[in-house]
Amino acid sequence: MKLPVLLAALVAVATCFETFVGHQVLRVIPKSDEELQKVQELQDLEHLQLDFWLAPRGLGLPIDIRVPFASLMLVKTHLEASGVSYSVMIEDVQALVDEEQTEMLRSSRQLPLNTNTFNYEAYHTLDEIYNFMDMLVAENPNLVSKLEIGRSTEDRPLYVLKFSTGGTNRPAIWIDTGIHSREWVTQASGVWFAKKIVQDHTNNEGVASILETMDIFLEIVTNPDGFAFTQTKNRMWRKTRSKHSGSICVGVDPNRNWDAGFGEAGASSNPCTETYHGPYANSEPEVKSIVDFVKSHGNIKAFISIHSYSQLLLYPYGYTETPVPDQQELHEVSAKAVAALSSLYGTKYKYGSIITTIYRASGGTIDWTYNQGIKYSFTFELRDTGRYGFLLPAKQIIPTAEETWLALKVIMEHARDNMY
Amino acid sequence: DIDDAGHKYCLELELEDVLDKGRTVLCAAEVLYPLGSTSTAPEVQVTAQGELRSTEEADKEFYNRIRSLEKELVAENIPDSHGNVPPELEPIHLLAWAASGYVIWQNSTENTKFHLAQVQHVKQVKRSDEDLQFDYVLLLHEMVSQEVIPWEVTVLWHPQRGARVSRD
Repeated sequence: MKLPVLLAALVAVATCFETFVGHQVLRVIPKSDEELQKVQELQDLEHLQLDFWLAPRGLGLPIDIRVPFASLMLVKTHLEASGVSYSVMIEDVQALVDEEQTEMLRSSRQLPLNTNTFNYEAYHTLDEIYNFMDMLVAENPNLVSKLEIGRSTEDRPLYVLKFSTGGTNRPAIWIDTGIHSREWVTQASGVWFAKKIVQDHTNNEGVASILETMDIFLEIVTNPDGFAFTQTKNRMWRKTRSKHSGSICVGVDPNRNWDAGFGEAGASSNPCTETYHGPYANSEPEVKSIVDFVKSHGNIKAFISIHSYSQLLLYPYGYTETPVPDQQELHEVSAKAVAALSSLYGTKYKYGSIITTIYRASGGTIDWTYNQGIKYSFTFELRDTGRYGFLLPAKQIIPTAEETWLALKVIMEHARDNMY
Repeated sequence: DIDDAGHKYCLELELEDVLDKGRTVLCAAEVLYPLGSTSTAPEVQVTAQGELRSTEEADKEFYNRIRSLEKELVAENIPDSHGNVPPELEPIHLLAWAASGYVIWQNSTENTKFHLAQVQHVKQVKRSDEDLQFDYVLLLHEMVSQEVIPWEVTVLWHPQRGARVSRD
């Protein structure tokens, strides 16, 4: 029942000086010349201040009249006394004007007002996610801060959210999502994780106890150049957007660019391939910035890098078949984490070392972090197993984030309880 | 290992109908990857136990709907970036899935793992016989190399005769 043009005009007026509180819009469809005349009589009564949205035109054609509150009784009595039937089209014009005004403001800004109105069930643009981060920090300044750890090839800021209840350089957990830009469920889950951490802290449940003694670092868009590219040019883009001399092809696989078995079997030396390792280790600023951060922090105890798809929980190594010294412990933690994940929706995960579970991959993130001494280094491959693959329907974002969170908590709690 | 022939795998599988969860079919399969050659498709023998649900109604409805289109159907990006498939394109998506199965079989080795990533483009081609024809460009994601490869496939379909790949 909205008449947008008329309402918009009223909104324009309303914002200036006039109010339409209690005004109603009545509709009369005259069935006879007598009825038509009765309504036309009303038109002549200027003191009633009637506003004809649809003027009398002829029999059977609707007449719409905006009637100010003060004149309502009079007009209705006049119509009823003459046997002219009418209907109330709009019961309160002001209410509708208010609603329209809010809607217009909201759609012109295109931004949610706070992290409670943010839509976690949808995929978002880079700007929307960066805006979300700022809102989260603004709403929770004593818990959340935003760090810029570097800039991407195309000079986009690389932001990390720090969740901390105090202390100095506390032992920390690192989580990153979106290192491969086409894996959209991961950035979307990262956004959900950020909100979840804040909620747990507010309600003193879940990870609140972890935050008493540890900090959490969360990089939601680890590859912003690639992410922007998936939104504008190629939804299937995986790599960074760097150009290195000697090739027309663009981009380096950021999960082959780390200094662990760099350049060995399990990565490609061809710049035009998806697993191109880059000209040298840490050539990509997206990777180098994390390396620098981890080294200068010096107290990270768990490092979790999140990918999709395949439904796997993986620990090092990918570049060699030699098992890591902590293989047994990591395997047990994985079993527990996967059980927790499955408990929510029955989603089935496999787990194991990278090389035995998926394939040989060199220069990978968690191989490097493990070799730096971060024992609890894990990689997730989230939903699904290939039915939608990278194009996971948005309605699966929240279930995916929820179940993954249970697994993350197992890892975080284990790190807290097994400090080294 | 089969000397002079290649590697044979014996598999027991349970198939689940994604459109009718809870209905499963047990299969036994033998897959022989030929020695050396990566350009010959593996040989597959498969037997299935159990019944799949009847899709006769839906097949007929789809067939008649497409046959009665004035303009040939054209669509792209199925699913879209957000994973959505408009309901009227769901059969097109499913048919693409079947066609991708054929392409994947023809191009698989012991070191590949393919999935259909997206239907990049599909165009219906009207025919004088009773088959429906769809010319697809499918995007196949290969897990080991991580490449997303576009593949042109022409699919013929008929409610009784089923799906056939006529060119790839």
